[in-house]
Amino acid sequence: MPRRLLRDGRIVDDDWSYAGEIENNTAAALILTLAQWQNERGAWLKRGGRLGIVLQPAHPVELMTPDISRFALIAADFSGPGEGRGYSQARVLREHWKFAGELRATGHVRRDQLFFMARCGFNSFELPDADIEAARAALSTFSWAYQPANDAGLLLKLQHR
Amino acid sequence: MPMYRYDAVDKTLVNERVAQFRDQTRRFLAGLLSEDEFRHLRLRNGLYVQRHAPMLRVAIPYGLLSSAQLRALGSIARRYDRGYGHFTTRQNIQFNWPKLEEVPDILAELAQVEMHAIQTSGNCIRNTTSDHLAGVTPEELEDPRPWCELIRQWSTFHPEFSYLPRKFKIAVTGAAQDRAASQVHDVGVHIVRGPAGDLGFEILAGGGLGRTPIIGQVVREFLPREHLLSYLEAVLRVYNLEGRRDNLTKARIKILVKSLGIQEFRRRVEAEWELIRDGGLWTEAQITRLRSFFDPPAYKSLANIEPAAGKSTAFRAWYRYNTVAHKVPGYRAVYVSLKKPDVAPGDITDTQMELLADLADRYSFGEVRVTHTQNLLLADVEQDKAFELWQALDAAGLATPNIGTLTDMICCPGLDFCSLANAGSIDVAKLINDRFDDYDYLYDLGELEIKMSGCMNACGHHHVGHIGILGVDKSGEEWYQITIGGAAGADASLGQVIGPSVAKFEVPETIARLLEVYVEQRRADERFIDTVRRLGVKPFKERVYAAPIAA
Repeated sequence: MPRRLLRDGRIVDDDWSYAGEIENNTAAALILTLAQWQNERGAWLKRGGRLGIVLQPAHPVELMTPDISRFALIAADFSGPGEGRGYSQARVLREHWKFAGELRATGHVRRDQLFFMARCGFNSFELPDADIEAARAALSTFSWAYQPANDAGLLLKLQHR
Repeated sequence: MPMYRYDAVDKTLVNERVAQFRDQTRRFLAGLLSEDEFRHLRLRNGLYVQRHAPMLRVAIPYGLLSSAQLRALGSIARRYDRGYGHFTTRQNIQFNWPKLEEVPDILAELAQVEMHAIQTSGNCIRNTTSDHLAGVTPEELEDPRPWCELIRQWSTFHPEFSYLPRKFKIAVTGAAQDRAASQVHDVGVHIVRGPAGDLGFEILAGGGLGRTPIIGQVVREFLPREHLLSYLEAVLRVYNLEGRRDNLTKARIKILVKSLGIQEFRRRVEAEWELIRDGGLWTEAQITRLRSFFDPPAYKSLANIEPAAGKSTAFRAWYRYNTVAHKVPGYRAVYVSLKKPDVAPGDITDTQMELLADLADRYSFGEVRVTHTQNLLLADVEQDKAFELWQALDAAGLATPNIGTLTDMICCPGLDFCSLANAGSIDVAKLINDRFDDYDYLYDLGELEIKMSGCMNACGHHHVGHIGILGVDKSGEEWYQITIGGAAGADASLGQVIGPSVAKFEVPETIARLLEVYVEQRRADERFIDTVRRLGVKPFKERVYAAPIAA
């Protein structure tokens, strides 16, 4: 059964695969680890098809930004409910590097953190099935925000601006 | 009264937060959220699980309360708790006995009076604290409260900085005297005058107490006012990405600043700031709007008088120690001492809260402030009303004339309530009060700050006490490590340990011996802390350990 995702506010089947998930990596759209990308850069480029990359919390985004134009998807991994680096990684990618592709939250992603993740620029979320329906509602947990962020997909109003 | 008032947006946000937390609590109780998942969520709503019961910490933004809010706190204390609350060094209030399942209802009641418990715990940006004399002290460059409110709003539900490596505390001051301990905060913001004469901010970072006490260092000497939020955002982003997350005790920003060195930390912050400084985080209209909430109240045109003339000794002592100068003639700022000898420092009952709310309405424009030193303040009292106010406070046990003296101790809840504590602190405060009950002696000693923590997390700020007392566990027994020479004000310094820790019963005598040395050695008008700084620890240490202390 394909993985289900919340993407741009809709529940969809994932059209991406992680490298190694499918035999011979034949999928049209493939998400690599940073190490996979760095070790076999030439081979992945020769392969063709869309490429994505997943950053671990400790990875400075600068490790991949020289190649950012090669990627249609960047995923940030959340190692647990207290992990918070992905929020900054997302904003840096969106705002400093103008990344316009799919920005995906993966790992420990739950409805309770979704609103903040979305505000930081994530537009797709790998959620447990138990959370995925409720998560859609979590995108409108708050109607307003006190501070500008990166909320392209949210119907949010900023106060005092 | 001068105070930020919620508009429809603020109200909506707080109500939406209550609804969110009610649902999270329901899911936790139904077994749909794990302990660990719920822990992160409840902490961001001020809810700890403590020794006996949950503890709920309610935010009091920069220590400012309306009488209606104080009444609501009193009512909550009576109906949901055991009839009292505890004010903290960060100007918040804690309830020690709420029921987990009732917390959403408490939060809903708080929302009705424009209060909440948002981000009062957890690894996020906490309540912004400030000078309790803001707006009334004669020595102020500018009222810091509009800037505090700006920071409060910016930091509330900040999407990027809600899961930091560790908690993050900001204090803002606008006066020469630092009454907010800003140098031991993660970030200290000082309103200062710049080279061109305009007002802006000095930004400190990396201060903190706990296991590794450090005085904050200057990151930027002068920041133009319009850049406050973008600069804070740059500091937080560097910290969020680079602060350690592998070791809880090394996760505060002070460790990052220390390991990078202030120059490299500054370089990284400034590099990030260059990218975002003009990003539209701030508008002049915002601060203009916020300032309008803090216009001075309708002061009468009065002359200064000497209200103590011809009054009782008790009133004269109270007036001298528990009131301070006000910038408007004929007015005085009045401390409400929460340091009655037989009461835990910072504790207040439901009926005292309600009485104080009434007194605030009658005497101080309906406003009450919480001080960093765990007292309350009525900021705008007419001098010729001071006597009747004193009578009312005295009758309620709120006029102990000890502000700034030895018994005006800062004290954490300690082993009696806190699951982190190694040792009791409230009972030690009681022993100290029993020993030092002679007011003539206390007044002769002058300004003296005793600060006491029940463990190295240092909620009682022992490192920056003139005399610091730290509870330590020695094979299951409560012992106390004594430091001297700490200070939290503009002349902030960390205390030095005088020697081996002492048993609980020895604490009062240890203090008495320290004070003997002071009284013998002091020069005219020299404070205890200044004598310690001049002489060093040695003579104090020698006296304390010269002879055993009898049980």
